[in-house]
Amino acid sequence: MARPAQVSPEVPAAQALSAPAAAPAAGVGGWFDDRAPVSGFAKKALRKAFPDHWSFLLGEVALYSFIILLLTGVFLTVWFKPSMAEVEYAGTYQLLHGVPMSEAFASTLAISFDIRGGLLVRQIHHWAAMLFVASMTVHMLRVFFTGAFRKPREVNWLIGVGLLSMGLVEGFAGYSLPDDLLSGTGLRFVDGLVRSIPIIGTWAEFFIFNGEFPGDLVIPRLYMVHILLVPGLLLGLISAHMALLVYHKHTHFPGPGRKDTNVVGGPLFPVYVAKAGGFFFIVFGVTILMGALMQINPVWLFGPYNPAQVTAGSQPDWYMGFVEGAIRIIPNWETHLLGTTWSWNIFLPGVGLMGLLFTGLGLYPFIEQWITGDTAEHHVLDRPRNVPTRTALGVAGMTCYAMFWLSGGNDILATQFGVSLNDVTQVMRVAVFVAPVIAFIVTKRLCLSLQRKDRERVLHGSESGILVRTPDGGYTEAHVPLEQEEAFILTQHHQPAALEPSVGTDARGVRRRGKRVGGLRVRLSQWYADGAIAKPTAADIADAGHHGEAADAVETTPPAGELSGAASSGKGEGH
Amino acid sequence: MRFLTSSRRHKAARPILVALALVLIGGLYAAVSPATNSSADDTTTTAQIAQGRQLFAVSCASCHGLNGEGLAAEGAPSLVGVGAAAVDFQVRSGRMPMANPLVQAPRKENTFTDEERAALAAFVASLGGGPSIPTEDQYTPEGLSEEAIAKGGDLFRTNCSACHNFQGSGGALPNGKVAPPLIGLEAIDIYEAMRTGPGQMPIFNGAAIPDTDVQAMVGYLDELHAQPSAGLTLGGLGPVSEGLWAWIAGMGSLVLFAMWITSKAARK
Repeated sequence: MARPAQVSPEVPAAQALSAPAAAPAAGVGGWFDDRAPVSGFAKKALRKAFPDHWSFLLGEVALYSFIILLLTGVFLTVWFKPSMAEVEYAGTYQLLHGVPMSEAFASTLAISFDIRGGLLVRQIHHWAAMLFVASMTVHMLRVFFTGAFRKPREVNWLIGVGLLSMGLVEGFAGYSLPDDLLSGTGLRFVDGLVRSIPIIGTWAEFFIFNGEFPGDLVIPRLYMVHILLVPGLLLGLISAHMALLVYHKHTHFPGPGRKDTNVVGGPLFPVYVAKAGGFFFIVFGVTILMGALMQINPVWLFGPYNPAQVTAGSQPDWYMGFVEGAIRIIPNWETHLLGTTWSWNIFLPGVGLMGLLFTGLGLYPFIEQWITGDTAEHHVLDRPRNVPTRTALGVAGMTCYAMFWLSGGNDILATQFGVSLNDVTQVMRVAVFVAPVIAFIVTKRLCLSLQRKDRERVLHGSESGILVRTPDGGYTEAHVPLEQEEAFILTQHHQPAALEPSVGTDARGVRRRGKRVGGLRVRLSQWYADGAIAKPTAADIADAGHHGEAADAVETTPPAGELSGAASSGKGEGH
Repeated sequence: MRFLTSSRRHKAARPILVALALVLIGGLYAAVSPATNSSADDTTTTAQIAQGRQLFAVSCASCHGLNGEGLAAEGAPSLVGVGAAAVDFQVRSGRMPMANPLVQAPRKENTFTDEERAALAAFVASLGGGPSIPTEDQYTPEGLSEEAIAKGGDLFRTNCSACHNFQGSGGALPNGKVAPPLIGLEAIDIYEAMRTGPGQMPIFNGAAIPDTDVQAMVGYLDELHAQPSAGLTLGGLGPVSEGLWAWIAGMGSLVLFAMWITSKAARK
């Protein structure tokens, strides 16, 4: 109840500011306005339009998980001791009594068993971390499939890719801190990745671990990375991400009145503030419920890290699973050259795959722009079906990722489904290459079919379910013309043609200026635009009236009626 | 003594001495050496072995041969020297006799009575040595101190968790074999499995891991499984199931909430 009472005085205060009167403005807003032009900014900001769609809240889940991580992380920082000094455990958990372990692990056990609420906060923190990376991933997929990365948002896409990669580093560092058997095994895995870097691998390993693995410094160093370096970078990147979001304004899905030159949505205050604020508490609530009801990372079961031990089911958290999977299925390739060892079996899937993923993600907007030659600003989102090649590429990428992901759990798959571990591995070796191709073809066909369905709906309306028998015994189903809004949505999209190869000289034989469009680019452009189902033109729609309703109406001149009216307005808006 | 000094250079002295030495050594060996074949015979009645032979001929011989010699073509190992403990373990857990020639014998209900199982074990033991069925004081973890049990945990993580998982949930082995879960087992099962090495499992003999250590490991597992968990255990399989639940329960519910929130329009 306090919120509206605080904010509403600011609006009249804005008027007071515009007139340079001597009398100071009253109220809290006025007090601030005397010192900085707050209310003018607030007025503008609070009236910012936010389009409403559930998928626009996915990024918010990531932001809120990050806030939850900061809150719970502060609590954990109070009790955690980032030290690898060896102690003998003497805490509450009797099954580890007298076992030598690092102070880091002992303090994690203390948080879990001796600090009031510690276990709950630890579990909330871990679940929130899983959700943080998961929601960033889903948010990125939403942005990808709707084309929200297009101009002018390429830089924000790059920041997002940076956030995702930082999220992985942050998550992995946090996973390693408790110094339990599982995280130590994970750290050993990373040690191997670092060492597989050609030429400098061993040096880099000694640099990171301050000597041989595991050394006694890596936990304090990861602690610094986890609570200072990466959170700082994340905070900075998140600020930039959101500043650009405010500057560019949010994208919106196509609809009547929604253009590349405007943004249609509810005002930030009070509607969106209420929704977004409420959603924060929902995310927090879900995370608390997960922390309270579902056990995660039970380090006391794993025991302290001991390089001589390992456990079945040693896997990283889900977001590193694709690297784990790639390492699990790659054949044992290794080259020896002039006294050096080149461990392709670790370098390619580990360093190579991560590099490929993030480089590919970062470059995609620019590659697509190059292929399509589309340099226009876009604020209206694509419906994924209308850009079938991009959608198919995205699904193929997801499929490839999923195959690597499944490979990371090959032992769990083998035991849970009663199949041979070797069979799973062999199948996955093929599947990572074949499944994405199948996914690409299937997705593209699905998109084109959906385009056909859209065309069909525009031309013939929606099925009414009413069968009409004509006097001469024929049957037709009556079709209901579409609502104007739907007809617009189904016809508003652009269907850019593939690029034409540019001719080097003009008609008079003079060299043309500007960039040439080469053969490769033309071929890629044709591949990208291939197969699109032409959306109905106004003439098509007028024509459709001839056979849309009943066979006997063919002779009469059909009134185009609402249907063509809607679609032609749609065309008008779309171009 | 005159006889010895006078006859020591006799022609027959050397052969006689050699013969005497051989008899002496042979006699000593017979007296001192472990009596491998006879111990089972001594402690069990001939009738029990006869009963075991009959049961064996009916239930086991089709793969293992009438005299337990094994059949390589069927993948059935020789049972000479596996010992009574191996039979006791395999039959009590229902793994043997196998219903189908699978990659690995699964646990199933044991249809033999205790008496029949003892007879089978006695018969197989009579084929040649091997670890005998342990007595309760060999495997029971009763009366262990907290420190001993914690040490058992360390031994478990060193020797067992690589295949059987950190809390004994089991794990995968190559070519369709698995390290079975260790949840809900009797102490004797674990003891006998360690001593006889069923399937892919290596043999952990008494010289490597003495009985007290086995007891500590059994004690650790019992205590571990008696501990309350910090919520639903999600299968106790580690991060794979945690990730699955983070996506399904976590992201799934949040997406549903997001849809619910945005479906409530404040104004059109």
